[in-house]
Amino acid sequence: MISIQELSKQYGKKAVLRHIDASISGGKSTVILGPNGSGKTTLIKCLLGLVIPDRGKIVLDKEETIGRYAYREKLGYLPQITKFPGNLRVEELLGFLSTLRKAAAVLKPRLIEDLGLTPYLKQKIRTLSGGTLQKVNLVQAFMHDSPYLILDEPTSGLDPVSLLKFRNLIEEEKEKGKTIVITTHFMELVEEAADEIIFLLEGKVHFQGTLYELNQVTGQSDLLHSMAQISTSAIFYQT
Amino acid sequence: MWKIFKYNFADLLRGRWSLLNFAFYFVVSAGLLYLSNDVYKAVISLSNIVLALVPLSCLVLGVIYMYDHDDFITLILTQPVKRTTVYLGHYFALIGSQTLSFTLGLGIPFLLMGMGSGIMYWLVLWLCGLLLSYIFTALAMLIALYFNNKVQGFSVALVVWLFMAVIYDGLLLISLLWFEEYPVEKFALWVSMFNPVDLSRILITMQLDVAAYMGYTGAVFIRFFGSLQGAVIVTTALLLWIALPTLCFIRLASRKDY
Repeated sequence: MISIQELSKQYGKKAVLRHIDASISGGKSTVILGPNGSGKTTLIKCLLGLVIPDRGKIVLDKEETIGRYAYREKLGYLPQITKFPGNLRVEELLGFLSTLRKAAAVLKPRLIEDLGLTPYLKQKIRTLSGGTLQKVNLVQAFMHDSPYLILDEPTSGLDPVSLLKFRNLIEEEKEKGKTIVITTHFMELVEEAADEIIFLLEGKVHFQGTLYELNQVTGQSDLLHSMAQISTSAIFYQT
Repeated sequence: MWKIFKYNFADLLRGRWSLLNFAFYFVVSAGLLYLSNDVYKAVISLSNIVLALVPLSCLVLGVIYMYDHDDFITLILTQPVKRTTVYLGHYFALIGSQTLSFTLGLGIPFLLMGMGSGIMYWLVLWLCGLLLSYIFTALAMLIALYFNNKVQGFSVALVVWLFMAVIYDGLLLISLLWFEEYPVEKFALWVSMFNPVDLSRILITMQLDVAAYMGYTGAVFIRFFGSLQGAVIVTTALLLWIALPTLCFIRLASRKDY
């Protein structure tokens, strides 16, 4: 379980996160939604230790995370875009990332096979296409079988076949009882994968609950209209 | 840190930059040795090239490499490793590749053409190049961490190089001419501590006995650098030049938001 308490972050005069209080339940998948500039990415980066908040704390499995690094052993992170070092081969890159952890990359061989990356293992990164790179990115995020998965726009750059494989992967991870945090603009994924939704607007949590509850409190019939309703009315919805 | 160093070092060695760097130093030192047929003269000419180009290549390669690997560094920072470890790993990999190209490029021609009595001259030149690599790579890391904008960072790196390698000397020369009626030798001596390129140049000049031709100023410099006190001060200045930018970039890295 991840508990976010009174989290605030300001860049210059712009407050990006304002006293965020939220909890991400263990074993569930939580989707963080919100319009551009609402603070989704900053919140995720705070979870990962990439952004140092001005105030507040994050507790992951009873352990405070800010200023520490060992807790990241439990995290698998899929960034939106990653430019890997071009002169390394795919297998070297994945090998390097697994040497940084204590846990073995138990899922690596299966993921490589499932995503069809075997022919590319000896190739240098700079020779790969954007789609293949995103598959490499998927492997590095999932290969350690981490209990927490943080996925930032995971569907961008995936072709339809890989997208299907990714959805199956998410389904499998959910069944294993992983805690998954996703930010996405891909509504189908939200409807399919979200056990819980956190809706951010101008750095504040405007809603936290299930998709059903979101539609109920906004009085809308679908996610898209519910999101539009919160964004325009800027009301804090409570379940 | 070793793991991060190893993979970045491999990445750098496979890049074109290391090969180009090696080829440049090789061709220039082989050419100068062949043309002058005298280690002493070749080292004097080479020192001018080394003192100008080592800082430039360290700054340019350092800044480009760090900006180019920005995304990947961010990904490494999401792994269970300390920020300091990540950045020091990159720092030593950059220095490692630079040192290898520089040492081989400068060393092979000297070995092939026979160094003989010139080994001391070569060693001083090599040591100065090495120290400059540490200093300017640390400055490059600092610049890349401070400026998020690539163009801005690259421009600042070039200005730093221009200032250290050219403008600083110009300003010093003007001030010495301006105050030529006063005893400015000690002033010149202390001012040179604030520029590692100047400091290295003085060290090479002292070793090559060229200072003997510099009259009274040369005598002051020889007396200072020849003394134990002078040696301690110069060593401290050079170590400070390595330590300060390194500590600054480590501090900046530990506070930076990505």
